Amino acid sequence: MASLPAPAPAPAPASADAGSIAGLAERLRKAVGVGRVLTDHAQLRTYECDGLTNFRVTPAVVVLAESRQHVIDTVRLCAKAGVPFVARGSGTGLSGGALPVAEGVLLVLSRMRALRPVDPDNARVVVEPGVINLWVTRDASPHDLAYAPDPSSQLVCSIGGNVAENAGGAHCLKYGFTVNHVLGAEVVLPDGSVVHLGGTAPEHPGYDLLGAFIGSEGTLGVATSLTLRLVRVPEAVQTMLVGFHSVEDAGGTVSDIIAAGIVPAAIEMMDALAIEAAEAAVHCGYPAGAVAVLVIELDGPQVEVDAQFAQVERIALARSAFETRIAQDAAERALMWKGRKSAFAAVGRISPAYFVQDGVIPRTQLPQVLSEIGRMADAAGLRVANVFHAGDGNLHPLVLFDDAVEGQAHDAEELAGAILDLCISSGGSITGEHGVGAEKRTKMAVQFTPEDLDTMQLVRCAFDPDGIANPGKIFPTPRLCGERPGPRTGEHPVQAAGLGEVF
Amino acid sequence: MTAAVLDRRLGTADDAVAGVVPTEVVRPSGAQEVAEVLRQAQRDGRTALAAGGRTKTGWAPPPSSADVLIDTTGLDRLVEHTAGDLVVVAEAGLRLAALQQRLGAAGQWLALDPPEQGATLGGVVSANASGPRRLRYGTVRDLLIGITVVLADGTVAAAGGKVVKNVAGYDLGKLYTGAHGSLGVVVSTTWRLHPLPAARRVVVLDLADPLDAGPLAVRMARSTLTPSAVELHATTGGSGALVMVFEAILESVRAQADAAVALLGGGHQGDNLPDQFGKRPGGDGDLVLRLAFAPAALPAVLAALPEGTAVTASACTGVAYAALPAEHAAALPALRTALAPHDGTAVVLSAPPALRDRLDHWGPVGDALGLMRRVKDRFDPDGRLAPGRFVGGM
Ligand SMILES: Cc1cc2nc3c(=O)[nH]c(=O)nc-3n(C[C@H](O)[C@H](O)[C@H](O)COP(=O)(O)OP(=O)(O)OC[C@H]3O[C@@H](n4cnc5c(N)ncnc54)[C@H](O)[C@@H]3O)c2cc1C
Repeated sequence: MASLPAPAPAPAPASADAGSIAGLAERLRKAVGVGRVLTDHAQLRTYECDGLTNFRVTPAVVVLAESRQHVIDTVRLCAKAGVPFVARGSGTGLSGGALPVAEGVLLVLSRMRALRPVDPDNARVVVEPGVINLWVTRDASPHDLAYAPDPSSQLVCSIGGNVAENAGGAHCLKYGFTVNHVLGAEVVLPDGSVVHLGGTAPEHPGYDLLGAFIGSEGTLGVATSLTLRLVRVPEAVQTMLVGFHSVEDAGGTVSDIIAAGIVPAAIEMMDALAIEAAEAAVHCGYPAGAVAVLVIELDGPQVEVDAQFAQVERIALARSAFETRIAQDAAERALMWKGRKSAFAAVGRISPAYFVQDGVIPRTQLPQVLSEIGRMADAAGLRVANVFHAGDGNLHPLVLFDDAVEGQAHDAEELAGAILDLCISSGGSITGEHGVGAEKRTKMAVQFTPEDLDTMQLVRCAFDPDGIANPGKIFPTPRLCGERPGPRTGEHPVQAAGLGEVF
Repeated sequence: MTAAVLDRRLGTADDAVAGVVPTEVVRPSGAQEVAEVLRQAQRDGRTALAAGGRTKTGWAPPPSSADVLIDTTGLDRLVEHTAGDLVVVAEAGLRLAALQQRLGAAGQWLALDPPEQGATLGGVVSANASGPRRLRYGTVRDLLIGITVVLADGTVAAAGGKVVKNVAGYDLGKLYTGAHGSLGVVVSTTWRLHPLPAARRVVVLDLADPLDAGPLAVRMARSTLTPSAVELHATTGGSGALVMVFEAILESVRAQADAAVALLGGGHQGDNLPDQFGKRPGGDGDLVLRLAFAPAALPAVLAALPEGTAVTASACTGVAYAALPAEHAAALPALRTALAPHDGTAVVLSAPPALRDRLDHWGPVGDALGLMRRVKDRFDPDGRLAPGRFVGGM
C-alpha cells in the first residue's frame, strides 16, 4: 500500500545472541522438518512486512507450519528459549499485525488449508487457519449456505487472520463481524499447551475466552482450528447504485435509511476520487458526474426486499440522488461490487502512494465528519479519497501522496493520524476492522485510559505471562506481567528482544 | 461520592444469594461509589458480590462467603440514547423492561428477551440471559458494544465503545458476559439497538411427538424464512408444540407465515404469542437446567431427558431449558454424558435448596479451565469477588 522508505533496521538487542537463535533454528528443523524452517536472509525478506508496507522487520527464523503439531512444536521451543513468535496468515493485514520481531520466529500458517466437510444441518464447518475466506462460502454454497464475514480481501486473506483481527466486510452491517460467526477455536497458548474454546454448541459454561481471543491480533496464542457458523443464503438479494452531487447528501441518505428502521445487508460509499480511481482500474461504469455514490444491498424474503427497496429509493430521492441504478442480474451486481471491492488497489492508479486509514464514527455524524476531513486535507495540501462501510460509520480515508516529493509522506502520515483523532473526538474508534497492530499503538492511549489498558493487559498476562506472543502490538507500552506462579528466570523476552527501541 | 453518605445496612434473609445471607448490603448510586466500596472491601479483606433485580441469583452456586452485597439498582440512569445511531448507554442497575419502554417510544428496542421480570442490564450481562429471539438477534455477546466494570481493587475500567464496529483493544465485554460477577462489578453497558418490527404473525404447530420438532426445526433453519424465534414447548414422553414467530413488515410476516404452514405441513396462524412463549419451564420443586448443544441434536437431547421433563427449546439454535421433577435429579450425570457427543452441556438454573448443594452446578468445563483460573487470578488475585460461584469453584 503505502510506500514509505523502510525504517532503519532494528538495533541488535543487547542480549540477543545469534548463537541462541541458531540453536533454536536447529531444534525447530529437527522438530518440524528442514524444509519448513527458513533462515536464509533472501527468503526471510519475503516476510518482512504485511499489507502495511512502510513497517518492515526481517525475522530471524520463519517456520512454515503444515500441521497443528508443527505449531505446537514451534511455540513450545520458542517458549523454552524465551524467543518471541509472530503468527502470520496471508499477510494482508493493514496495521502491521504480522510484522515480525527481529530476534524472533515468524510462524506462517498459510499451508494449513484443510476444510472439513460442511455440516449443513448444524450450519457449521471446521477449518484450518490458513484457509482462504472465500473458500468457506465456496464449500458452503452447494448447501445454500454462506460464510457471512466478507472482507474486501476475501480472495486472499485467511480465516486465522480474520479471527485475529475480528475482520469485517461490507455485509457486516446486517450480519455482524467475524466474532459473531466463529463458534469454536483450538488455540495453542504461548506456553505450547492446547485449549479448546467454544465449540459447535452456541454456548458453554465458563468465561467466553473465545470472545476475548477473537480480535486479539495474535497476542494471546495461535489458532490451529476454527469452527465457523454458516448462514442461509437469503431468498432475494437486490443491489442498487445511487449517484449524488454531494458527499453530504450521500451521508445523509445513509443516516436516513438507518433512522427509518431499515437494516440493509450493506451500504457502501465512495467519493469522487475513489470513483475516479475505480473507473480507471476496473471500468465499473459508475454514474458520470457523481461526487459520491452509494452501493446499497438489501436481502431477505422477497416481499420485504421489494418494499424496503422502494422506501430506500424514496429516501435517496429526497436527498437529491440524481441517478439510481438497479442491478438486473448477478453480473450487474458483481460489477457494482467490483468498483467498491477493488477501490483500495485502484487508488494506486491516481496516486504514486497512499495510506489506508481505518476509523469509526457514530453514523449520524457522517456528513459533518466527511466535510471536516475535506477541510483538513485542503489545509494539508493533500487529497483524500473516501471509500468505506458507511452503514456502520466505518471510514477508510485513503490519504494520497507523492513519495518523490520531500516531506509529503510525513505530511500524509500526520493527516492520517489527525483523522483518527477526529474519529475519537466524534465518539468513535481508531479502528473498525484493520486492527491496532504495530501502527496505531500510540493512539490506544488516546482512546483508552491507563486503567482500561492495564485491564486489557490482565488478559494478556493470563494467556501469555512471558509476553512472547506477538509482542509490541496493540499496547502503547510493553508491560511486564508481575508476579506469577512459578520461578522466573533471565531477562524478560520483551526487553531481551529490544522492543522498546524497535518501535 | 463518599462512604459516609453511602446507603448501607445489615443483610437480611430477603437478601440471600442462593441461600447465603450477606453480612452487609450497600446500595451505591454511581461507579465511583462502587469503586469506593470495593477498595474498602480490599482493605478489610472482605468478600463482595453484586446483585441487581435478583431474578437470577440462583443461576450460580451459593457463594462461599458474602461479606458485602452490592445492590446495583441505584445505578439506574439511562445515560445516552442516540436514536439515529441505534445505540444506547445505560447504567447496569437499570431494569431491562424500563429501558425497553424508553426505547420503544423511539421505535427501537434492545433485542434481548429473557423472561425474568425485573432483571437489570448488569444481571442480564453477568448471567448471559437470553430468550427465544436469540435466533434472529443473537445474545448479549452480539449486542453489547461497550462496558464499564469496577475490578476487585476498585479500578474502573472500560472496554469497547459507542460505535457498532470497533476492534480497538481486547473485547472485554465478552469476558464479563456470563462471568456472574466473578471478574468485577459491571456498572455501565452500551448496546446496539434494533428497530421495533412493524408487525407480527405467529404459527403454532401441535406435535403428537416432540421428537418431530428436530427435523422440522432443521427444515425451518434451512429454508429462506426469517423467523425471530422458533420455540418448542414440550413434555418428554408427552406432546408438544412448535411456535414460529415472524416479525417484520406486514406483507412479509403474512407471506412468511403462509410459507411456514406449507413448509411444515400444518399449523394455525394468529397474531398473539402463546402464554408460555419465552418463559422458562418448571416451578420451585423442579431441577431447572440450561442446555446447549449442536442445534441438529435436538431430538437426541429430548430423548436423553427423563420422561415427564418440561422443555422450552430455542429449536433452531441449540439451546433448551428443561425442568426435571426433583426425583430425577440423580439423572444429571447421565444426561451430561449423553449430551457430550453433541458438544452439549447442562447447567443448573434452579433447584430445591435441599438438592442444590449436592449438585455439580456447572458440569465439565473442558481443557480451558486452567486458563480460566489464570484469568480469574489476574482480575481478582485474592478471590474476593463472588467466591465459589463460578466454574471450578472460582
Ligand atoms: C485490499 C485489501 C482490502 C481489505 N479489506 C478488508 C475489509 O474489508 N475488512 C477487513 O476487516 N479487513 C480488510 N483488509 C485487511 C486484512 O485483509 C484483514 O485484516 C485480514 O483479516 C488479515 O488476514 P491475513 O490472513 O492476511 O492475516 P495476516 O495479515 O497474516 O495477520 C493478521 C494478524 O493476525 C494474526 N494471525 C494470523 N493468523 C493467526 C492465527 N492462526 N492465530 C492467531 N493469530 C493469527 C497475525 O499475528 C496478525 O496479528 C483488507 C486488506 C487489503 C490488502
